[in-house]
Amino acid sequence: MKPFRKGDGERSGLFTRRALLLGGAQAALMSALAGRLYQLQVLETERFATLADENRINLRLLPPSRGLIFDRTGQPLAVNRNNFRAMATSDRGRGADVLVDRLDQIFGLGEAERTRLLRDLRRSRNAQPVVVRENLAWEEVARLEFNAPDLPGVFIDLGQSRDYPEGELMSHIVGYTGRVSDEDLSGRDDPVLQLATMRFGKKGVERSLEDDLRGRAGAVQVEVNAVGRVVRELDRTEGQPGSNALLTIDLDLQRLAAEKIREHQSGSLVLLDIVTGDILAMVSTPGFDPSTFARGITQTEWRDLLDNPERPLHNKAIGGVYPPGSTYKMVTALAALEAKVIDPWTRLPCVGFLELGNIRFHCWLKSGHGSTNVVEAIAASCDCFFYEAARRAGVDRISDMATRLGFGKLSDLGLPGESSGNQPTRTWKQEKIGKAWQHGDTFNLGIGQGFMTSTPLQLAVMTARIANGGYEVQPNLLLAKSTPREELVPPSPRDTPTAPSLRLDPKHLALIRDGMNQVVNSSLGTANALRVRDPALAFAGKTGTAQVKRITEREREMGVTQASLPWHLRHHALFVCYGPVEKPRYACAVIIEHGMAGGATAGPIGRDILVETMKRDPSRRTDRFRKMASR
Amino acid sequence: MSVALDAPAPVGFAEKIWRINWGLVLVLTAIAGIGVLALYSAAGGRFEPWAARHAVRYGAAFSLMLVVALIHPKVWLALAWPIYIVSLLLLIAVDVIGKIGMGAQRWLVIGPLQIQPSEIAKVAVILVLARYYHGLRKEQAAQFLYTLPPLALIVVVVGLVMVQPDLGTAMMVLLAGGAILFVAGVRLWMFLVAGVAAIASLPIAWTFMHEYQRKRVFTFLDPDRDPLGAGYHITQSKIAIGSGGLFGKGFLKGTQSSLNFLPEKQTDFIFTTFVEEWGMFGACVLLGLFALVLVWGFSIAFRSQHHFGRLLALGVTAMMFLYVFINIAMVMGLLPVVGVPLPLVSNGGTAMVSVMFACGLLIGVNVYRDAQLPRTR
Repeated sequence: MKPFRKGDGERSGLFTRRALLLGGAQAALMSALAGRLYQLQVLETERFATLADENRINLRLLPPSRGLIFDRTGQPLAVNRNNFRAMATSDRGRGADVLVDRLDQIFGLGEAERTRLLRDLRRSRNAQPVVVRENLAWEEVARLEFNAPDLPGVFIDLGQSRDYPEGELMSHIVGYTGRVSDEDLSGRDDPVLQLATMRFGKKGVERSLEDDLRGRAGAVQVEVNAVGRVVRELDRTEGQPGSNALLTIDLDLQRLAAEKIREHQSGSLVLLDIVTGDILAMVSTPGFDPSTFARGITQTEWRDLLDNPERPLHNKAIGGVYPPGSTYKMVTALAALEAKVIDPWTRLPCVGFLELGNIRFHCWLKSGHGSTNVVEAIAASCDCFFYEAARRAGVDRISDMATRLGFGKLSDLGLPGESSGNQPTRTWKQEKIGKAWQHGDTFNLGIGQGFMTSTPLQLAVMTARIANGGYEVQPNLLLAKSTPREELVPPSPRDTPTAPSLRLDPKHLALIRDGMNQVVNSSLGTANALRVRDPALAFAGKTGTAQVKRITEREREMGVTQASLPWHLRHHALFVCYGPVEKPRYACAVIIEHGMAGGATAGPIGRDILVETMKRDPSRRTDRFRKMASR
Repeated sequence: MSVALDAPAPVGFAEKIWRINWGLVLVLTAIAGIGVLALYSAAGGRFEPWAARHAVRYGAAFSLMLVVALIHPKVWLALAWPIYIVSLLLLIAVDVIGKIGMGAQRWLVIGPLQIQPSEIAKVAVILVLARYYHGLRKEQAAQFLYTLPPLALIVVVVGLVMVQPDLGTAMMVLLAGGAILFVAGVRLWMFLVAGVAAIASLPIAWTFMHEYQRKRVFTFLDPDRDPLGAGYHITQSKIAIGSGGLFGKGFLKGTQSSLNFLPEKQTDFIFTTFVEEWGMFGACVLLGLFALVLVWGFSIAFRSQHHFGRLLALGVTAMMFLYVFINIAMVMGLLPVVGVPLPLVSNGGTAMVSVMFACGLLIGVNVYRDAQLPRTR
């Protein structure tokens, strides 16, 4: 028996009565829910089923218009063009096979396209349309409209696609756009990237400025029927077009440089304003046609581009690594001068070689240069002088100087495919090769060979920093960008560097520049043939040859010369230069792959471009700028 | 006192475990299982981001429930007031911080913890009311004067929750509190007066309501007047439920929720997601499981030998009923959209913890159904 407790019996009795009442109310209300379910799911189910199928309200994103890209004079490099494209929706891939079969009959899709389309249709969520084909011709549009009754879920959409008026000429700088990949999505939660029609920068400025160029999506609320056709538009918010960009490139100089470089099989060039760091021209040949990417590249075209030994997709101006060869001698000289292990009067002997233990390090001039000081050594490119200067300065000081001048690290450009080259140090060799640094390594480094590699951009930056009096200018591709609706204008020209000083002794820099001046303008110089007599256009430079294959003594005796070697084994030809000599403003670096001798192949190109640049003076003249047509 | 004589033999640990309502535990787990299923479907056939976490959360809350169930009711009797005071302070804290922040503020962040004080307050009000009426005789409970303190206890919490603003929770606290007052023996005329007063004060409440809350009421009264704005949720939810029919569209085959026509499909509208795919059949199974929980709750309340246990069990049961009824009625267009989750099915941590804690209290009442609890201290 339950124990009886005073007072509790009454309480419990009342509780039970009222609780039962409450329970009854709850039961009634739960039954009401069941009744409502019956009403919705049994009595009215057909009406709701129809509503679910036919009356779907959907929010669709409107892709923003991508920002345009211009050169510094306002000439268009990347624009948008209207594009009629066929789009398709299917309900989670239902009936996708039939649909794709019919589309195949109309367009002749091909196996790869069919597979892609089927996959896209099955993957598409929220009934978002997928792209069947872009850039439809008028007759294709007509054929599609004619067959519309047989193609539920297919419609024509007016979109925009990217057009590159300069084609191959600007291919490496401007780059191209492509479908958004999973990798592109990481770290970006912009919902517009989920759109099938959205394009994402893959290479060049299209990539590095992607977040500026993209703009913000608008949205439209539409009522769509069961097959995804828009029944009516309910609400619309306009997006914001992407920013337009003005590049530092001077299209005319770029064109001229490309013409010169194209005379050779493969090469690259970088032309810099040494005060601002603006890249006025950047050429890498061969290039590619970006419109193949805009219209959708085929598998074969892609294979061909990848398999080409001249690597057309590769921007050699920033991604090609070469031993700098003799163009590195300025670094060695500056390191030795700054370390005070040589001075302007130090004269070092050259008998055609220098011995280290029992190994001979040869000078390129077999007969030797006799005794030279630093200026003469640069002018004549005497190897022995720099072996000794490098030995005295040591690898640590040389590497340090090279790093200050821009070697061994990436620039701030943010372009895909850039390489940092390799500026070797003791620790680098220990870690990567597993051997201690040798004296011989220092000798090789002193003349820019061995482990040392650099890119044409780095060579141009080094030249610029020497020519501008030791300011740490950074290469720069973006002159101005506009927030939408604002007008795009280039900034006013400036004549003094704003970059921090490298704190190098101006006397030492003057010596180096004197040496580079004599390379071209003295009879001793290795590039005296390139001399320009007009003092306003006089320039200074340095030749270089980067070894690809060492010709052994035996081969030499057998009469093997550079010209007799197959193309891919010949030396690279290098030339760096700046001008005018009196008041330097522009610097240029040229590399002709397997061009054999720096002075003979790369030199004339560097001279022609530099002289033309000095004549036009694009950094000071902005009157050539044409305002963009208002949109 | 004859307490010592009446005292039953102390209950051993094995007996306590035996007394846990394992059938009820099974039903709760089945409901949570349906939650995992529905959340898996709401995420488009993926365990991330909701279903997997839901299962893990249930596991943790499950242990919490068992621990709570094994704690002697005298502890809760002693802790009822402190818990109530703390939950009041937390509510005030969240309101103050909410003033600084923008819009509705329901969360309090303490280190790594994010707590929703209104969820704690629901349980706290039930505990403190059960504690209060446990200490009253029948005649006292019936007197008007003795009804004022519990009314104040309810009104303070309701007021603090209203200003957040969280209409759903406020309504639940008010109704659950009212249910306890009702079964505790408050005179019926007082309920009538309260009801009349409530209707009379509606215009005043109207002026205090936020714009969006007014919109919801309008929408409830006429969902078609703004099919794209405020009425959108309800219209779409009804379409989803209705198009499900008798047996539903099949697992992972719901079109409405997968097409994102349903807002909040993982939280307040999870019932819609589930019912679209499983139809009336699935809905009845789920409703049946909840009904079983309620029946169990009542039977525990009836079997309790102490008044505290009875009131506690009934309070918890009432709260459970209100959760289920308000949520399901809301998604079917029978009540305005107020933002009440479906317990153990909706995605969300705090509601899960507070529901399982409450279930722990309920089971605890059964485990210690013959405990000796003195009416006064």
